[in-house]
Amino acid sequence: MATLTEAPPPLSPAAPEKKPPRKRGRLVPYWLLLPGILWLLVFFALPMIYQASTSVQTGSLEEGYKVTWHFATYWDALSEYWPQFLRSVAYAAAATVLCLVLGYPLAYLIAFRAGRWRNLIMILVIAPFFTSFLIRTLAWKTILSDSGPVVGALNTLHVLDVTSWLGWTSGDRVLATPLAVVCGLTYNFLPFMILPLYTSLERIDGRLHEAAGDLYAKPLTTFRRVTFPLSMPGVVSGTLLTFIPAAGDYVNAELLGSTDTRMIGNVIQTQFLRVLDYPTAAALSFILMAAILLMVTFYIRRSGTEDLV
Amino acid sequence: MPFVNRLKRHLVVIAGLITLGYLLLPNIVVTVFSFNKPKGRFNYEWQQFSTDAWKDPCGVADMCGSLSLSLQIALWATVGATLLGTMIAFALVRYRFRARGTVNSLIFLPMAMPEVVMAASLLTLFLNLGAQLGFWTILIAHIMFCLSFVVVAVKARVMSMDPRLEEAARDLYAGPVQTFLRVTLPIAAPGIAAGALLAFALSFDDFIITNFNAGSTVTFPMFVWGSAQRGTPVQINVIGTAMFLVAVLLVLASMVIGNRRTRQKS
Repeated sequence: MATLTEAPPPLSPAAPEKKPPRKRGRLVPYWLLLPGILWLLVFFALPMIYQASTSVQTGSLEEGYKVTWHFATYWDALSEYWPQFLRSVAYAAAATVLCLVLGYPLAYLIAFRAGRWRNLIMILVIAPFFTSFLIRTLAWKTILSDSGPVVGALNTLHVLDVTSWLGWTSGDRVLATPLAVVCGLTYNFLPFMILPLYTSLERIDGRLHEAAGDLYAKPLTTFRRVTFPLSMPGVVSGTLLTFIPAAGDYVNAELLGSTDTRMIGNVIQTQFLRVLDYPTAAALSFILMAAILLMVTFYIRRSGTEDLV
Repeated sequence: MPFVNRLKRHLVVIAGLITLGYLLLPNIVVTVFSFNKPKGRFNYEWQQFSTDAWKDPCGVADMCGSLSLSLQIALWATVGATLLGTMIAFALVRYRFRARGTVNSLIFLPMAMPEVVMAASLLTLFLNLGAQLGFWTILIAHIMFCLSFVVVAVKARVMSMDPRLEEAARDLYAGPVQTFLRVTLPIAAPGIAAGALLAFALSFDDFIITNFNAGSTVTFPMFVWGSAQRGTPVQINVIGTAMFLVAVLLVLASMVIGNRRTRQKS
């Protein structure tokens, strides 16, 4: 078997016979790509162009819109809604950090410590994906309710006094505060952090840990110098998979927050679907896209993982 | 200090299990509250044990209709995205051609774009074309955003495939069609299945893109969203619990089958 597969295949008499189908097959990749790429061009790329043109239109719903290259819409949108933009970035960043802190131990546990429980824990991480995330987010309303055990415990421990002083909560409530929104965001995007982390942790050769131990590295040193650097691809893709959707999310801010916790997604949704101010909504969503692309590019450069991914 | 030492040794396990608890807490709450008998319209406070909602899961107006609509859309979106995505994945892994980089970034961009941006831009397209919002616009949108995820899942599997298996098939005088159906497709099947499963879950659960492009059509996530304002019936928790159970059973079943296969091989 080994000799068969290792024998050099070219220069054999079969080679000239193979040539004709190759020539005929030169168009095959394009035929394979055509339907899917056409779909993405028409329903992903083209809409972006439409949106760009909408963002520089003026007019009204009744009279119709015209492209007038009215770039002031961008400026107006930014000067009116910068708090929501800042809030989106802050909440998404907080949720991403929390996801990393919470998700790393679990990913580590599944990769190295779970043993025969590994499959069960994996199922428990993935299965919530199939339950509607809206139902699960609504459940947080119950968990964090004013008279519930969580708020009660935090109150008894005087944690809420501190968080209220920091502006994360208000009074003895958690619902309708930034803390509730960040908690919901963290919960919703946690699996997107755990799965890439697990994938990159699982690839690490366990013998490297043994080697570090043999060289008298303490567990913490092993983690800092061996495990964590090797899991960087997972950390980078996990943080991106958490941060990007969290920054655009408006479900958590709507269900668990108040008018004071509105994120940019809420504004875009309201402008598009209720106020029907299409140019402003288009401009806002373009600014969000540009901001995220910029941040992501900068982040990937900084983390120096272009060649790692 | 033996206790502290043991605690230290198992710190990772404890922290991991706490996270797992955080992940599962809402599911537990959803399950518990599916047996609640709420007083008002909202089901946020525990009142009384009751199995009424489980006996009559479709007792709420329009809920099961929206559920079946969501299932239909998810099914067709899965078929569409899996077909188109698998073709793209094969083209990307198996062939060298010009514009490969452009194709790769066109696949990557929808995954790196906040949903609200895609949703809004797609709506501007449909508005400009004067398209009737409803079943078809939802389906188009779902195929669009599921496509990339299918490509990634299938690509991973096809990339790890040994091309010598196909060469062997050809050496044994299998035609291209036969090689594809008897060798390539069975090996790629787990990747395709993973992609399809992901597409189904993503489509079934999608709210943001659907909310923008559905018009007055109501899918299940949109029904849940609306009920958060009007009052949440207990039946929503019943559906949530049932979905979780079905998912766990499905994954368990696929694992059992997978285990049996590997045992047969060895």
